[in-house]
Formats: sequence, C-alpha cells, structure tokens
Amino acid sequence: MIFDGKAHKFGDNINTDYIISGKYKFKSLDFKEMAKHLLEDIYPNFYERITPGDILVAGKNFGCGSSREQAPLVIKYAGISVVLAKSFSRIFFRNAINVGLPVVECNTDLIDDGNILHIDLYKGEIYNKSKNLKVELFSSLPEIMLKILQEGGLVEYLKKEGTFKI
Amino acid sequence: MGKTISEKIFSNHCGKSVHAGELIVADIDAIMGQDGTSPLAIKVFEELGGERVINNEKVLLVLDHSAPPPNEGVANLHKLMREFAEKYRTQISEIGEGVCHQVFMERGLALPGNLIVGADSHTCTYGALNCFATGVGSSELAAVMYTGKLWFKVPETVKIILNGKLRKGVTAKDIILYLVGYFKSDGLTYKAIEFEGEIIKNLSFDGRATITNMVVEMGAKAGIMPFDEITKNFFMEIGININEGVSSDEDAKFSAIYNFDLSNLEPQVSIPHQVDNVYPISQLEKIKIHLAYIGTCTNGRIEDLRISASLLKGKKIAKGVKMIIAPASKKIYLQALKEGLIETFLSAGAVVVNPGCGPCVGTHQGVPADGENVISTANRNFKGRMGNNKAFIYLASPLTVTASAIKGEITNPLDVMD
Repeated sequence: MIFDGKAHKFGDNINTDYIISGKYKFKSLDFKEMAKHLLEDIYPNFYERITPGDILVAGKNFGCGSSREQAPLVIKYAGISVVLAKSFSRIFFRNAINVGLPVVECNTDLIDDGNILHIDLYKGEIYNKSKNLKVELFSSLPEIMLKILQEGGLVEYLKKEGTFKI
Repeated sequence: MGKTISEKIFSNHCGKSVHAGELIVADIDAIMGQDGTSPLAIKVFEELGGERVINNEKVLLVLDHSAPPPNEGVANLHKLMREFAEKYRTQISEIGEGVCHQVFMERGLALPGNLIVGADSHTCTYGALNCFATGVGSSELAAVMYTGKLWFKVPETVKIILNGKLRKGVTAKDIILYLVGYFKSDGLTYKAIEFEGEIIKNLSFDGRATITNMVVEMGAKAGIMPFDEITKNFFMEIGININEGVSSDEDAKFSAIYNFDLSNLEPQVSIPHQVDNVYPISQLEKIKIHLAYIGTCTNGRIEDLRISASLLKGKKIAKGVKMIIAPASKKIYLQALKEGLIETFLSAGAVVVNPGCGPCVGTHQGVPADGENVISTANRNFKGRMGNNKAFIYLASPLTVTASAIKGEITNPLDVMD
C-alpha cells in the first residue's frame, strides 16, 4: 500500500451529503456515474480535476453526517487513492475501510492544495515531497481494520475468514 | 470495576466482561436498513454468497427516504428490496408506513438492553428505549445479515445531566440543538452518552427520542436514556410487557460528566450550513422564510404534531410561505386524524404528505427553490441537503417552525402563543 499523488485540499467538517448528494445516491447503484458528482455542491466540477491516484486531504471530522457508504465508494470510483484528514467521523471511517479505501489520520496542516505526497502505509509514513517534510500520523489502525484493508475490503475479508475475528 | 450501560450491554453480547477501549465481536439483536442504504447492502450480501439471513425476523427493511418512488431508478431499488425481503423472509415496511426509526420502535424491535445496528446514522434514536443502537454502512449491514455479528470498540461514556425547569416555548429539540452547539459536530466522537437529570425524568418518550436522534450530530456513537415508567408505558402501548432496563453502576467510569441547568434556555435555531451553528433565537435578526417543514425522525411524532396544531388552530400560515407536514408513521398519522390535527393543518394552509422522510433528504416532496429559506424540524441543514445547494436551511423545534410559518419569518413561539 504505497501511494504517490497530488493533494486536493478541503477544510473541516466535510459531510457525506457534500461527498455525494442524497438526490443521486437514492437513484441507482451505478457508482461510476455517481462519482461524477463527487463533492459538487461545494466544489463544482471537482471530478474533472482528479487524476487517478490523487489524494484527498481534509481538516477535522471528515465524513460526518449520513451513514451512506456511497460516500467512500464514490471517492474510490473517482480515482482517489487515499484520504488524509486530521480526524474522521466514526461511521465514514469504518465504511471507508470496508470498501477498501485507505484513510489516515495525520497532521494535514502540513499539506497544501497541489502538494505531491508519498504515502507508505506499511511503514506508516507520509512524506510531503513538495515541502520536503514528514507528515505526523495521529493514529494507527487496529489490526482488524488493517486486515480488512489488506484483503481489499469487508467482502473479501469475510469470504476468507467466514466471520469477524479479533 | 463498575460498568456503564454500554459496557454492560456489550458484555452481555460478547460472552465476557468488557470495558471501554476493548475490541470485541458482538452478537446483534436486530438490524435496520432503509431505501438509501439497503440496495447496496443487498448487493454486498449477494457478493458474499449469502444463502440465508441470520435472525431474519429481526431484520427490518424500510421504504421511507424516497417513498413513494419519484422516478424509475428508485422504483427499481424498492423492487429489489421487496424481492429480497420476500426471498429471505425479513420484515419490510412499505411506502407510507413511516420513517425507518419510528417504524422500528413501533414494531417493538428495539428493546431495553439490546444491541442494534442500522444502516442509517440516526439509528442512535432507539437509545431513547434504553438500548445501545448505532449507525453502520451498507457492507456492515450485509455482514450482520450474513454472520449475525459485528466487531466494535467498546466506547467510553460521557454522562450528561440535565436539570432545571424548561421555560414556556422550550422543548426537547431546543435542548439537543443547544447541546450540539455546545459540543460541536465532533465534540463527542466515538463516545456513548448516558442522559439523566430532572429534565430527562419529566420528558415524554417522544421528547427523549428527539434528543437521542441527534446525538450523532455531535459525533456520538450512541445516546442512551434511563429505563423508567415512561419506557414501560411505551412498551405497554405496543403490547410488550417489560419491567427491567439497564443502568450504570455507581462506580462506573465515565470519561466526563457534564451538568447543565437549562432553566434559562430559550428556543434555539441552527443556522446554515452546519448543524452545530446554533444560536438562541433572540440573537437572530429578522429572517424571512419560504418553506416550513414539520416531520422526520427527529420531530414527526404525535407530540410534535399536537404542539404544532395547537399553535396553528384557527390561524393561517403567512402569505408566501409553504408549509409541509410529514407524520413519522402511519400510526401517528391515524392518531392525528382522530384528534383533528390533520384538519387543523389543512385549514391553516399546510400540505400534509404521506408518512416517511418527506423533503428532508432532497429526493422529493418539497425541494426548495434557489435563494429560499427553509425552517425545518429535521436534524441536518447541510448545503444541498434538501436537494438544492442554493437554498438555506434553519433547524428548530416544531413550536418555532410553526410560529415562523404563521409570521413568515423566524419567530420565537412566545410571540404567537397565548
């Protein structure tokens, strides 16, 4: 789980309604189509600015609000490789891991929009190449979440393990 | 060491004695999915190769967020849910039966001491019935249907003690809006909350549910009310006899204890575009409104409709204002009909829509126009929440929403009350 990509920086309290509006998520299970509307209520045409592998960076409490799993799914389908934030809301954090989208709590004050980042989740390292500095991690994943992530998501994990194992 | 309510419930569901911070796999008593989250859960269940739904009789799928369907996309997802419920013999709540959380509680699926998950962030509402209930995503809903279990980190608990005597015109919604403004949207992330105090003791079930409904707006995992006569009566009314609940031990460890005296609390309003942007109504300037909405899992219960109708009786809503009422369930709708509340709403110029989520999530039944101000009893006011990112949503109590509909601007209910 090593990622290199460009940062797209957002602020605090980005809620799941902003990530994908209710008016789209109720209509279908076509996440490719839904991904075109990623964050459009606060950043029109954001989807068009994403190069696959880019990194979404935010302040505190990312993913607050609704429990919609469509939120991490559309982020993934839009080509974002990993989400960094100072903190995440509880349900979003679990959903992201369950759909195989890496999420990391770290000091995102050290990252500006457009910075190029190198992330090594095995070593637990985030490096801001544009600023030549290490980004401090705030927490690490519990083992079960790492395992789910390594398997590629909850479906693959459960297929392998049969049930939850702590 | 003593235990909090949450520690007791988790211990009872994982076969060993646990405390906050421990990671466990727990048995789930009952689960819920709604029409925005169940279709994806069904897809995941199929990907898992699920052949039967564990504990199927305690699985409730609800058509409420976008019901009746406003387009063919939603209609097809509803069809998918119906077929799944039929095939795996789960419970289903059809269009017009009501908002998922209200229906779940009315069907007696949330019992004191239970551990419940639902694919909706406001699943925390059931804590009003002295159980631990929390929101999950679609994959986890599918995982619980597949295994009957889910993993958790046993949360730390904060105690919130509410004392004092509420002033006239102040209700449960004002209390929770005030708390959300105080703790902010991430102030209690991952925590369970135990509520107690004089004010809670005197609060009806409907009022308690309004409070537990919105604990997630502070990031909390669950909000739990004490078990007492009010809880007992709720169950008696739905034909279930329950005499015992769960309470925390005297030597239980809380991560914090907060004491509030709410005797001076005035009506509260959350202003656009964040729920924790809360102000006492006296601090707001004159704000014209275009749409007033009463309903949702926060405030669509019978007490809310009674409060609104008592203020509207014999009056008309202001010219230029649209008012929409959505009872939270069919049972509540029928009761409101019996009590003449629906007649009051219609005579005052309001529109009464079918039980369900109404315009809360922006899929149908009252999308605001560009530049319009909405005052709503819902729990979220994010930009675009009601389907238009050029509208502005204010959150308030049923009393304040009704007073505002009568005056055409955000109004302290005291200005309209006799």
